[in-house]
Amino acid sequence: MSRLDASNVLLAREIIARYPRPKSAMIPLLHLSQQQNGHVTNEAMEHIAELIGVTPAEVLGTCSFYEMFKREPVGRYMVNICTNISCQLLGGEELLHHAEETLGIKPGGTTEDGLFTLEDVECIAACTEAPCLQINYRYENRVSLGRFDEIIAEVRGGKRADVPTHGTLARIRQHIDPDRLAGIEPPEVAGVPPWFASRQDEAKEETA
Amino acid sequence: MTSVEPTEAVTGIPFVLNGTAVEANEGELLIEACERNGVHIPRFCYHNRMKPVGMCRMCLVEVDGGRGPALQPSCMLPVTPDMKVETESEPTKKAQDGVLEFLLANHPLDCPVCDKGGECPLQDNAYAFGAGETRFVEEKRHYEKPIPISDLVQLDRERCILCDRCTRFASEVADDPLIHFIDRGSQTQVNTFPDHPFSSYFSGNTVQICPVGALTATPYRFKARPWDLDAIESTAAADTSGARVVLQASQNELVRTLGVDSEAVNWSWLSDKDRFYYEATNSPDRVTEPLIRDGGELKPTRWGNAMRAAARALRIDPERVAAIGGARLTLESQYAWAKLLKGVLGTDHVDAQLGDSLPAALTLGLPRTTIAEACAPGQIIVLMGPDPKEVAPTLYIRLRHAVVEDGATLIEITPRATSLSKYATLRLQTAPGTVGQVLSALADGQLDTNVGTVQAPELERAHQLLTGDRQVSVVFGRANLAESARYSADALGGMRRLVPNAGYLPLLRRSNIHGALEMGLTPGFLPGGARNRGGLVDKWPSTPEFEGHDTDAILKAAAQGEIDTLVLLGADPLGDFPDSTLAEAAFANIKTLIAVDGLLNTSSARATIVLPAALFGEEDGTFCNLEGRLSPIRAKVTPPGLARPDWVIAADLSHAIGPELGYTTLEELRSQMRATVPALDDVDWDEIDGADDGPLFRPERNWELEFGDPAQMPPTSSYGYRLVVDHKLWDLGTMSQHSASLANLAGPAVLRLSPNDIQLLDLADRQQVTVDLGEESWELPFVADPQVAPRTAWIPARLPGFDVRELLSAGRSITNLRLRTGEVPADVE
Ligand code: SF4
Ligand code: FES
Ligand code: FES
Repeated sequence: MSRLDASNVLLAREIIARYPRPKSAMIPLLHLSQQQNGHVTNEAMEHIAELIGVTPAEVLGTCSFYEMFKREPVGRYMVNICTNISCQLLGGEELLHHAEETLGIKPGGTTEDGLFTLEDVECIAACTEAPCLQINYRYENRVSLGRFDEIIAEVRGGKRADVPTHGTLARIRQHIDPDRLAGIEPPEVAGVPPWFASRQDEAKEETA
Repeated sequence: MTSVEPTEAVTGIPFVLNGTAVEANEGELLIEACERNGVHIPRFCYHNRMKPVGMCRMCLVEVDGGRGPALQPSCMLPVTPDMKVETESEPTKKAQDGVLEFLLANHPLDCPVCDKGGECPLQDNAYAFGAGETRFVEEKRHYEKPIPISDLVQLDRERCILCDRCTRFASEVADDPLIHFIDRGSQTQVNTFPDHPFSSYFSGNTVQICPVGALTATPYRFKARPWDLDAIESTAAADTSGARVVLQASQNELVRTLGVDSEAVNWSWLSDKDRFYYEATNSPDRVTEPLIRDGGELKPTRWGNAMRAAARALRIDPERVAAIGGARLTLESQYAWAKLLKGVLGTDHVDAQLGDSLPAALTLGLPRTTIAEACAPGQIIVLMGPDPKEVAPTLYIRLRHAVVEDGATLIEITPRATSLSKYATLRLQTAPGTVGQVLSALADGQLDTNVGTVQAPELERAHQLLTGDRQVSVVFGRANLAESARYSADALGGMRRLVPNAGYLPLLRRSNIHGALEMGLTPGFLPGGARNRGGLVDKWPSTPEFEGHDTDAILKAAAQGEIDTLVLLGADPLGDFPDSTLAEAAFANIKTLIAVDGLLNTSSARATIVLPAALFGEEDGTFCNLEGRLSPIRAKVTPPGLARPDWVIAADLSHAIGPELGYTTLEELRSQMRATVPALDDVDWDEIDGADDGPLFRPERNWELEFGDPAQMPPTSSYGYRLVVDHKLWDLGTMSQHSASLANLAGPAVLRLSPNDIQLLDLADRQQVTVDLGEESWELPFVADPQVAPRTAWIPARLPGFDVRELLSAGRSITNLRLRTGEVPADVE
């Protein structure tokens, strides 16, 4: 279950095929696996390593570099409250405390019903809208304490169709037939290792 | 890259170093140029055998490239003309100070209990360039310490300064990226993936290059303090590449081996076998006194008794005396034993190879190249032998570097994919028994029909590459013990015709085997490659009157009762000879078995007389590597108990028999060797002892090598799987098994099949496969392995669980197996 499922393996192969070297598909595949399971499991990382021909350690190295890839289960909704300077000046800390009390969890914790995980984050680049938060990486601006309670109620009440469930951070897909894409250059080979380039040259000679 | 040697006639690039005008080489990094001009810049992450990354910032210096002085990392900066560099200025010092304060902020300062203490670059740089004080009063980062990241290496993450040396080494040099930086920012740590240990054949190198005590070697932990170590340069003898090492001892016990940077050979890297197998010399199982069989049991005796008994057994008809082994010995001991066996006793039944390699005439006679020549940029390297990573790991590192970094082209002609296959431009998959015909077709220019499993377009491509104007080097050896050596020899014949000026590098097993062949521990040859009759007659008491047997024939003769006395020079035919049934039959008929060894193995445990020999690190001598390069083997500790160097044993034994070998010291022995073998006299012996790479021993040999018509390809059989058997680095070999840390590294013997065949055979849900050969059947565990070609089955030799030699017989040219699921197949009913 934690490895990519059959349909996602098909998708994974399609994604891999879009890059000159399979290794380049690592991040899109991590997204894919997080979308499938809500977090990136060890089995998924091993599976990705197999699919792109690297070691699991290399996948872990990349995966763990990015905080938005979760390696432990999190709630269906990530609530990220900014407490960096602009937000702090306009009540970000109070908002965070309010959230802690309302949800009954500390930053990093998950509500018992598995619905919300609270995070205390640094500037999310919406200082003009401070204090702000993200819910599954969708912005909520100028959030008052009352507005916060409303948002939570909306989510609990299933009224927020615009917010995807956790895991779906990016959809890197390309279902368009490459032949129909006008004006897109094939990936150039600059910077590829010499053995790779020489192999490609030779392959070209061979077909020539 | 520093691997590209600065060429002789570089136009110097002038720059100013601390006010003095000096010159750099074209493209040279500032850190290197300063070093060459006598100024050492402190560094952590920079390593001259790896690409610079600029991770640690310790090498910051003030550089004025024309726009005013600024701090720049000297390891990332190629020198440009008229650059002004200040390595002692106030800003530079302040930067060094600051960098060290940062690096030490989280460092635990547990130097008193750290293995690296006393030889630690962090310690040294902190003393030399640091402030000696910290302003960091907060709690430091904490991690569980240490954690094992492999069987041999432990990691203490608190000590790590994140220089990226170990991780770069793992991916860039060893190609085993099993360790990686995990997490980010102040949480960054080196680690493995859970349950995927850093089990690289090269893991020990990371311990050596870690600039702090974060990585430590399990066998050496808390064994000694570096200032108490007594050290000497020597040559690693775990395989034939001849990597240069430093042996370190504490209280007359070897405790550590470090790699030495030899430009010609190992570029400072060692395999874990080279690094850790010194442990075998400290084994409690060492033979420390002569043993003689008495009432079915080996009992200690005096040297005199053992010598008299051995002399009696050897003073018989020389055709009834044989000797196997000698690759473990130093060049000097090999000469001494050759003289004793061939010159004094007059037997030619002497062989240092154990039926798992190629005819000695080929190894000795094919024009030899060097590692550097084979790996030169733009060359073509042909691999027609075993996987270099398993047989000579240091050579693997050089070959891989040549292909990945220096644009050499690799062509593989092997029965299974190797660790280098992914870098090969062309891979000819030769099913067992076909390689001779494939090369023959190439040489004849018959490129339009498939040969066995090799397709016509592949032949065309190979022909085109090999007959172009690029220099071709052939790395050759016995790729498969389950097919006759004849096919490999045929392939070499084809290669000789196809590329007459190709250079060759033999890829044999057993450390100093090249010394043994050169010194005549092989039938038909005397030292220096002289043929028996005629050669050396005036310098030795006599020479054999007959053409002797190789190991295979010795064992056959012994099985028929034609050999009475067999001498084992560190060899283990019962454990190591491919046809174990034959070896067993031979041993049953030997009257006197004399073993000269430092450790008992399956064979020597059955000896009548055991003469205790000094091992690696206990005797002085010379090593001859696969290029023919001579380098020193040096003693750092004394042999245990009454054990003696092999050349001393040979002299004493000769004395007991009658004639003297004519030397009493190693110096006298060397003079005699030089007087006997002219090519040895051409070698500059001072150079062997010098700090450089060691001279090449290259006897003039314009032999007409005779290759007959290549053997026909064996017919396809209904037993449709052809067996491939070769060796892994970790196996049940005597030295590894007596090295406490290496003994358990040999994986279990499993049958390896291509993933496709597993589907074809309907094995997907099973654990075992039934193997039929002749009348017999075996149930074996199997795994899918993409390195295995369709319709072949690969089982490595000498692993625990199953002795694949049960499937081998010296008489079969190839080995066909039938594989099936447990049920009896319908056609048998
Ligand atoms: S473990 Fe040692 S070699 Fe590896 S990154 Fe840390 S300090 Fe560098
Ligand atoms: S400080 Fe909160 S979004 Fe910038
Ligand atoms: S040595 Fe230059 S940055 Fe580390």
